[in-house]
Amino acid sequence: MHKRIIYQIKGMYRDDFRITGYEFGEGEKSVCIVGSSRGNEVQQIYCCGRLVKKCRQLEAEVRIKKGHKILIIPSINPYSMNIQKRFWPTDNTDINRMFPGYNLGETTQRIADGVFREIKDYAFGIQFTSFYMPGDFVPHVRMMDEGFSRVETAKQFGLPYVVIREVRPYDTTTLNYNWQVWNTQAFSLYTTTTARIEPKGAGQAVLAVMNFLSRQGMIKYSIPEQNEPQVLKDKEMISVRTAKSGIFEALVKTGEAVDVGQPLANIMDPYEGENLETLYSPVRGVVFFQHNEPLTYADTVVIKIVKR
Amino acid sequence: MIETIAAVSLPVDEKLEIRKNRILPEAGTAQEKRKRISIVTGIHGDELEGQYVCFELQRRLAEEKEKLAGIVDIYPAMNPLGIDSISRGIPAFDLDLNRLFPGNIDGNMTEYLAAEIIEDVKGSDCVIDLHASNIYLTEIPQIRINERHQERLVPMAEKLNMDLIWVHGASTVLESTFAYSLNSVGTPVLVVEMGVGMRITKEYGDQMTDGIMHLMKAMGIWEGEVKPVKKPVISRNPEDVCYLNAGVGGLFIPLVKHGARLKKNERIGRIVDPLRGKVLDEVLAPTEGMLFTLRDYPIVDEGSLMGRMLKKEVCGYA
Repeated sequence: MHKRIIYQIKGMYRDDFRITGYEFGEGEKSVCIVGSSRGNEVQQIYCCGRLVKKCRQLEAEVRIKKGHKILIIPSINPYSMNIQKRFWPTDNTDINRMFPGYNLGETTQRIADGVFREIKDYAFGIQFTSFYMPGDFVPHVRMMDEGFSRVETAKQFGLPYVVIREVRPYDTTTLNYNWQVWNTQAFSLYTTTTARIEPKGAGQAVLAVMNFLSRQGMIKYSIPEQNEPQVLKDKEMISVRTAKSGIFEALVKTGEAVDVGQPLANIMDPYEGENLETLYSPVRGVVFFQHNEPLTYADTVVIKIVKR
Repeated sequence: MIETIAAVSLPVDEKLEIRKNRILPEAGTAQEKRKRISIVTGIHGDELEGQYVCFELQRRLAEEKEKLAGIVDIYPAMNPLGIDSISRGIPAFDLDLNRLFPGNIDGNMTEYLAAEIIEDVKGSDCVIDLHASNIYLTEIPQIRINERHQERLVPMAEKLNMDLIWVHGASTVLESTFAYSLNSVGTPVLVVEMGVGMRITKEYGDQMTDGIMHLMKAMGIWEGEVKPVKKPVISRNPEDVCYLNAGVGGLFIPLVKHGARLKKNERIGRIVDPLRGKVLDEVLAPTEGMLFTLRDYPIVDEGSLMGRMLKKEVCGYA
């Protein structure tokens, strides 16, 4: 294992801002794994920390095959993590909206540039990321419908779902998009949670990366038989939306199978405790995403279901 | 006439409402034939310069009501929760409203609000979208125009009494802004940047209001007297503008005034280290020209923008 500083900025009153990378194996740039880019992506850094530990073990046991270099960057934004702020401490910009970056630009553009210079030549890019809405997911791989990444490669993670979504204007400044512009097959790995650690989900994420590395012939690792992942478009998911604002009382969990008409959640009046609304499943399927905050707004998608 | 253009109930005993004030002429042309100008501000909750303009414009219109010949719609707070909580974006979601347009009427709360805003403003003969830079930078009164829409918008912008019209390159990310969304469907929107976040610069507000009155007269919405307007500098090439980014983190102390005309290598300011009492960097003018953006918030990280200069040959001063 080679631990080194990928990028650094001098701090005035804080310790220097440092992005640290962990390299395993030697040879061509095979896989780069990036963890948290926002300050609340704790599960994402947790997954990467466990991956570093696993890769260290694999390297010690000479199970990383010759000719392959793996780079893991657990966080590209430790400054925001340490003050528990989602975006950049001073100007609230999102590093994951700054790629490919600009070395003469503003601070987060420079950070993006500094990171991207180091990681743009890898054959595969894996980013642990989070959704803009607060909620828990069934672990899955997400990829864009236009680009360099391939569905067959995404299936190699062995997660139950591969979700394909449309490219939107803001995507052009994300890491995932820019990796693909530079001919890296890029995949976003969504684990179960964001702002709290969830060991079981992290274990699944580590196993998913092991599956991928093994199927790519980069490591020696005995992987289990897997069922064929379900490939679906984001738009195919059934969104369950609130009509009322209030306290969100979940009645199901992510990953749970639900039947048509099954109650999924209640929206309660916070003053009088009355049930304002019960959300029912419109289809038979699996709860793929669920809101995880105690309050919710009206007209908000709080649950997404994959049809069975 | 105060109207609610979008409303959503919040979880605990509160309703979020976006409101406008529609000012109609006392009599005359049938309503459907009247020209309409919309004054929009508060998309970013920490930008307040437009608040004064909304007030001042109405004050002037009320003084000579009979001279109003068209419709004036004033939207002072497109992001009311942001204004109330000194948040640039929409609080709780931490989303920039100006990256959510055109929105989706069937989407979530924020997308719904964006869609209702577009629906209500659409069809105006001219929209002024008033911004105030951000809390870090002070800007001279200027209009920013996407190069894709310059043909239609520059002639309107020239009537608005601004110091600068900055025609900038197209960017995919900016396609989700309020201005781009409306310009794309044929409703002309002029984006104004002036002053600084969280503050009111009355002088700029008065200048802007003079410009709006002048444009309204040109459009046939106002029949009263108006003041003559400035001829703005127009920048169309990226090379016209030089950016001053901090080479090191520290405390930025400006030594010149905003709008100063500078010689090449003239000192603009210093970045200092208050802990050690040292000067870390001297900030020099990279070209001869006008300092049209100046940092207001003193703490800088490496890369932070401290100012922008417009080259002398573009400014046209002697």
